[in-house]
Amino acid sequence: MEHVDGTVDPGGVVLYALSTCVWCKKTRALLEELGVTYDYEYVDLASPARQSEIEGEVMARTGRASYPTICTPTDCVVGYRPDEIRLLLGL
Amino acid sequence: MAEREAQEVEALRERLEREARAGGYHLNPDVEFTSALVEGLLTNQARYGYPSCPCRRAAGERAEDVDIICPCDYRDADLDEYGACYCALYVSRDVVDGKKEAGAIPERRPAKREDRPQFRGEAAPAGSGIKVWRCRVCGYLCAREEAPEVCPICKASRDRFEAFAWPPG
Repeated sequence: MEHVDGTVDPGGVVLYALSTCVWCKKTRALLEELGVTYDYEYVDLASPARQSEIEGEVMARTGRASYPTICTPTDCVVGYRPDEIRLLLGL
Repeated sequence: MAEREAQEVEALRERLEREARAGGYHLNPDVEFTSALVEGLLTNQARYGYPSCPCRRAAGERAEDVDIICPCDYRDADLDEYGACYCALYVSRDVVDGKKEAGAIPERRPAKREDRPQFRGEAAPAGSGIKVWRCRVCGYLCAREEAPEVCPICKASRDRFEAFAWPPG
């Protein structure tokens, strides 16, 4: 898990992404534009065991396993949906 | 990106664009966006041995991932419904013309492994329940939910297709 320090910390923001995915890149760019403090993990670069673990967690929380998935302790947004992401982060 | 990699990306992007055009498809006209996807395809080709979708997690075994090798099994249905495939490498005419925007779309690939096309098994014969369309111009037949935007053989538009066979019921 990588950490990015921003100027706003909504608390416990985690982004699950793929290193090859353009929508994931856009999501990271949005978070950085908003100056959000967050953690992220590139699922495709993780160990097979860790990949299964993330997949299970994302499935449990969103009912599917697709990326980008951005989560706070209370909710998640699946896909690059700037308006919903802003809403999720209260920004 | 190294010079050689940039050349490789550009060469593949150009080839995909040429092939798309020849088959009546359209590559996303946003070259920067499309190049980033093509780079992802090359990464996956090197990593797994096949160009799986850059926007989906691959299992790393061809038999598992065969439905998400680009162009994926879900491309045409997503083009028909949303005007873009899942990663938006391929888009519809409306997106090319700026009448529609390509954005985030829901994942059509079944979450359950056993529901994916390569694992569906014998219960329902392949192709059952699927419409067959006929190009009135050249006679090309295809079995899919909607006729293609453009006939890949003679380039006639979708409105030149007719229903050839309808699934019973």
